[in-house]
Amino acid sequence: MLKITDLHVHYGGIHALKGVSLEVPQGKIVTLIGANGAGKSSTLRAIAGLVKNKKGSITYNGRELLGLNPVEVVKAGIVMAPEGRRIFPHLTVMENLHLGAYSRDDKDGIAADLAWVFELFPRMKERQDQKGGTLSGGEQQMLALGRAIMGKPQVVMLDEPSLGLAPLVVRDVFEIIKTINQERGMTVLLVEQNAFAALKVAHQAYVLETGTVVLEGTGEQLIADQRVCQAYLGG
Amino acid sequence: MTPEMFIQHALNSLTLGSLYALIAIGYTMVYGILRLINFAHSEIFMLGAYFVFWGVSLFSLPWPLAVAASIVFTAGLGIMVDRIAYRPLRDAPRISALISSIGVSFFLQNVAIVFFQAIPRGVYRPEWMEQPWIVGAVRILPITLFVPVLSVLFMLGLLYIVYRTKTGLGMRAISKDIETSYLMGVNVNRVIAITFGIGSGLAAASGIMWALRYPQIQPMMGTIPGFKAFIAAVFGGIGSIQGAVVGGVVLGFIEIMTVAFFPDLAGYRDAFAFILLIGVLLFKPTGLFGARVEDKV
Repeated sequence: MLKITDLHVHYGGIHALKGVSLEVPQGKIVTLIGANGAGKSSTLRAIAGLVKNKKGSITYNGRELLGLNPVEVVKAGIVMAPEGRRIFPHLTVMENLHLGAYSRDDKDGIAADLAWVFELFPRMKERQDQKGGTLSGGEQQMLALGRAIMGKPQVVMLDEPSLGLAPLVVRDVFEIIKTINQERGMTVLLVEQNAFAALKVAHQAYVLETGTVVLEGTGEQLIADQRVCQAYLGG
Repeated sequence: MTPEMFIQHALNSLTLGSLYALIAIGYTMVYGILRLINFAHSEIFMLGAYFVFWGVSLFSLPWPLAVAASIVFTAGLGIMVDRIAYRPLRDAPRISALISSIGVSFFLQNVAIVFFQAIPRGVYRPEWMEQPWIVGAVRILPITLFVPVLSVLFMLGLLYIVYRTKTGLGMRAISKDIETSYLMGVNVNRVIAITFGIGSGLAAASGIMWALRYPQIQPMMGTIPGFKAFIAAVFGGIGSIQGAVVGGVVLGFIEIMTVAFFPDLAGYRDAFAFILLIGVLLFKPTGLFGARVEDKV
């Protein structure tokens, strides 16, 4: 289980996270929703080791991750697919996927996972020699997901995977999230603006507001919650 | 000009050009990854030359061993420079590392003056290098052919590393997006250290061959070749390895051929490179193979 306790993050003079506590049980999909600037991305970036100025505790199966650098976090089994996809446009699809597996040395395991990624995203197989930058937005998102999977994460953190995508592609993204969770038991920590879709797939959800958790519950509970409905679901 | 003379000049151009190319690769790789112009690179080149002659004269090492030792040693030195002078400034504004590199450049030059003295030293060449091969009217020193051949081998090795190994994949990823490379589990600092090691090793190889070709060494010997190689890198498109190679060779040809065809201009020999730089910056700032690099926020 990934457990965050009283996490504070400062950027210069800005107090971005003011004591966030949350739990991500093994094998579950947990989502963080909230408005822009609520601290969702900051939470993920802090877990991934990208944020230096932070206090509190981040433990994974009892091991403290707070002081680790991003490479050590990946090796601990937690991989993040950053906001905006951030695929490498000048590298081929294949090279992008191999980068995802950079921290691994198990050749057979990498080959098996590559086959699985191609099964999940047949498009990636067709385009394996194409430069990442030539893919459409939706394909780039699939590549970013595939690349994260290539790291063989126990926990995969997805920052706004549906951002800027066409509705049909958004549906595919959420299907994939369900699939990797159900087929491989990957734990998913999902940050989303698209609160309704996120709550529908999530087992557990947290609502962040200005750097603190203001509400938590199962996905269904929050969909039914009056406050969530008004603030984030447009009704 | 007779055809024989032309061939002679062409070979000389190729030699000089490959020496520039080997240095230029170091500039372009470091720039490609860190957006840093490593001014200390010309001193790395100079020290590579000194190390080998130290090895031969002081420790009486056989030549091949001295060359290998110098390349390894210089590569280590390049890694140390990165560790001490650049890595602590990774998150600082880019100008800080640039100024740091100028400081390292002066520091290394002065260390060389203290240790090796400022007077130029003649370089003793192994005997077989002094025997020219004579083909018709063309007179070729073995080093003239040796340099381009060795340079091509080094470059092939480099291309293999960059395009066929995991570390090379890491380098190419970091050059575009350091943060995401980190998230993929790329050990960024190690890959950068390896980059400095490779660039410095190639500069050492160039320095050694330079000293054999123009057999004299002194602590300031890196400055002008360093500037010219940097210009070659800019001309080829900074950040591009192929560009650095092409830029180096073209610069070698421009220098030698201009003097060959217009002997009156010989006194301006060092100016050609800088004229080329001004021309490139005015008309094609991205260079031959350079892609437009958007400034990172």
